[in-house]
Amino acid sequence: MDSFEAIKQTYFQECDELLADLEQNLLMLEAGEGDGDTINAVFRAVHSVKGGAGAFGFEALVAFAHIFETTLDDMRSGKLDPEQDVIKIMLRASDVLVDHLQAAKGQGVVDEERAATMSRELEALVGGGSNEETAPLSGESGGDEWGFKPLMFEVDAPAPAAGLTLVMRPTATMYAKGHDAVLFLRELERIAHAEIELDASALPSLDALDPEASYLTWTVRWPADVDEKAIRDVFDFVGDDCPIELKRDAPAPPHQPAVDVAAMLANIRDAAGPPVVTEEEHEEKVASPAAPGGKIESKSGAAAATIRVDLERVDRMIDLVGELVINQAMLAQRVAESETGRSSSIAMGLDELEQLTREIQDSVMAIRAQPVKSVFQRMPRLVREIAGATGKQVRLVTEGENTEVDKTVIERLSDPITHMLRNAIDHGLETPEERSASGKSPEGVVRLAALHRSGRIVIEVSDDGKGINRPRVREIAVNKGLIQPDANLSDDEIDNLIFLPGFSTASAVSNISGRGVGMDVVKRSIQGLGGRISIASVPGKGSTFTLSLPLTLAVLDGMVISAGEQTLVAPLTAIVETLRPKPQDIRPIGPNAALLAVRGAHVPLIDVGVALGLRDTPIDATAGVVLLVEGEGGARAGVVADEIQGQRQVVIKSLEANYQRVGGIAAATILGDGRVALILDVDAIIASQRDRTEAKPIALAS
Amino acid sequence: MDATISHTELLELISFRIGEQDFCLDIMAVREVRGWTVATPLPHSPPYVRGVINLRGAVLPIIDLKARLGLGETVPTQRSVIIVVHIGDRLVGLLVDEVSEVLEVDKATIQATPSVGCDTVEQFVRGIIPLEGRMLSWIELDEILPVRIDEAA
Repeated sequence: MDSFEAIKQTYFQECDELLADLEQNLLMLEAGEGDGDTINAVFRAVHSVKGGAGAFGFEALVAFAHIFETTLDDMRSGKLDPEQDVIKIMLRASDVLVDHLQAAKGQGVVDEERAATMSRELEALVGGGSNEETAPLSGESGGDEWGFKPLMFEVDAPAPAAGLTLVMRPTATMYAKGHDAVLFLRELERIAHAEIELDASALPSLDALDPEASYLTWTVRWPADVDEKAIRDVFDFVGDDCPIELKRDAPAPPHQPAVDVAAMLANIRDAAGPPVVTEEEHEEKVASPAAPGGKIESKSGAAAATIRVDLERVDRMIDLVGELVINQAMLAQRVAESETGRSSSIAMGLDELEQLTREIQDSVMAIRAQPVKSVFQRMPRLVREIAGATGKQVRLVTEGENTEVDKTVIERLSDPITHMLRNAIDHGLETPEERSASGKSPEGVVRLAALHRSGRIVIEVSDDGKGINRPRVREIAVNKGLIQPDANLSDDEIDNLIFLPGFSTASAVSNISGRGVGMDVVKRSIQGLGGRISIASVPGKGSTFTLSLPLTLAVLDGMVISAGEQTLVAPLTAIVETLRPKPQDIRPIGPNAALLAVRGAHVPLIDVGVALGLRDTPIDATAGVVLLVEGEGGARAGVVADEIQGQRQVVIKSLEANYQRVGGIAAATILGDGRVALILDVDAIIASQRDRTEAKPIALAS
Repeated sequence: MDATISHTELLELISFRIGEQDFCLDIMAVREVRGWTVATPLPHSPPYVRGVINLRGAVLPIIDLKARLGLGETVPTQRSVIIVVHIGDRLVGLLVDEVSEVLEVDKATIQATPSVGCDTVEQFVRGIIPLEGRMLSWIELDEILPVRIDEAA
């Protein structure tokens, strides 16, 4: 990466932070909590984004940020009240700004129409679109001071079009006054999408060129009818310095190259060489990528000292500590097996080492822990968009944003939360009319909360909508053959039917939730991470989705068991209890299945060795141990193993990195003896019982 | 991964034996050669996947190359070795009977694999190299691993 690219990356990073702050502050203003400082902070954020964007030549971003900034400036100076409706527009504007930034990063495209509408809305707030005078762009201004060389455009033939044609002939006086034709063109383009042509035929060769004269003429053509006044307004304050001709239904000039404005701007810039800026401006621009951070820091100077560390370094360190833990375990096992025994000073030293390694591991994991804020911050925008698309009024309340969780988990939170929010708004909340009719406030409230509970992170998404329509859910499930018509289900069980594959409650497939991805997919992806999801609902009052995930995907508390000659690890979170069954508690059923009676309930017994194809015939359950496990959705089973070796924290190693997913196995780990042990996928094992015919024993080789 | 071919078009290969046959691999694909250790078998895997071993903290799948080439299952001995190779972005161990030598051959001496009406030969043998009265089969690594089970959704 060259240094320019590096600066650019830093700029993008800072923009992400600035925009997050921007949204945060706008939300504060919306809630009526902000003050003058908040408005200033909002203004500074947009200004900083714009400043950097100018230095890197992200024209669209600069243009939009500029309009945004102008509006904000009015708010800052008290001309515009930060009332709710205004802030709502600003929030949407910040979304568009994010889009522009993404486009600048090369990730995604800006919805031009939306951006243009947004620009107009912002301008409407200021009360007019005549803000070019304060235009900060000096990139192309007075390009003729440098002398042009003739430009070659690669173009498509212009489509003959009726509509409105504008011919604009800027004079040298106009340029001398510091106006820039580019800005007019951009403004015109903003009124409605236009075809813009440059007529450079008057341009003399370089030796005859007067650098301060004006040789260029532009023809702007709108295919559809546009407001003539709006066009004239653009040129209002240049008057005779830039004569224009406006014609209706003019025939398209033949053989003239037509270019889109962006390409033309790019070409002009390329041809014009380095941007014409004064030394001062230049310095300011180069410095600006670094400046925003500085400004923010000075605002919150009391914040804890932090450093930016390359994530790869942290990951590498976590890997190494993982190895250290394994090595320590190996060493401990060797000492235990050796003649020196547990009482020796070596063993005592090893105990201390174990303590230390555990502490190091915890601290290293803490380095990578991040507050869920980074995910939550993306949600207000989503909620606005869904609310807009569904015509519902929604207020998002977030709680526990500072709850920390390992980075590996953070990355996986976004999709399920997105989906749960979509569901809550689209299916959960009623329309404002329905809400008013049932005596609720027309504005629905969706709550997004994060908390720690028993070593896991819990995410709750609740709405105050109509709750799950149980008779309807039941009916759908019966119609789709998911349950028997006479099935006796508790309310809770009915609610959780929505997680079944092939279930979708929306009577009409909606644009928001009905994207072919049902809750079953969400559930499966969460289970893949060792998580759980469930729903609780009160008719008329709303529903709550609860999602729980392990705090880290790097280590796992497991129970080490053996089956045949293999050592396996069962995730502790899935184990309800372990027991040695009495013969009278085992009830054979069918030709080769058995149930275990546990406190009145009967659960199927699954021999883990058979389920994984490690052996052909199950062992006698009374001779082994049974792990009573609970899968997602509450399905229970008794997993039969030969014996339990103990409990321990294991470092999770991916099987997929070098191989691929293996049925019945969630991941691998390395045990004290240096061998690889497989971590059971309890859900898959419970499921394997259901379709046993598919589980074929494999030929083992070891 | 292809070797950087110099002007003389020399190719550096590592040769090894499986049963009575000689094979070779592009040495650029080889990361290391290590002794055989017992692998942890993986459920629901093809018979030629011996399982996984711990390679300094990474989980390394072991392919029984003999079984993969349809020559029967390897019975590991003291001389059996695991050749750790890069296949794409994955590291894979190949179980072979013994490693013979590292050699350089002129690319021009490599002959196309004659059609012998055998799928495994067509799939895994890139070419043959005659050498001092012997013949080396040049192994194509790309398709050694079983096809990844693509997750639905």
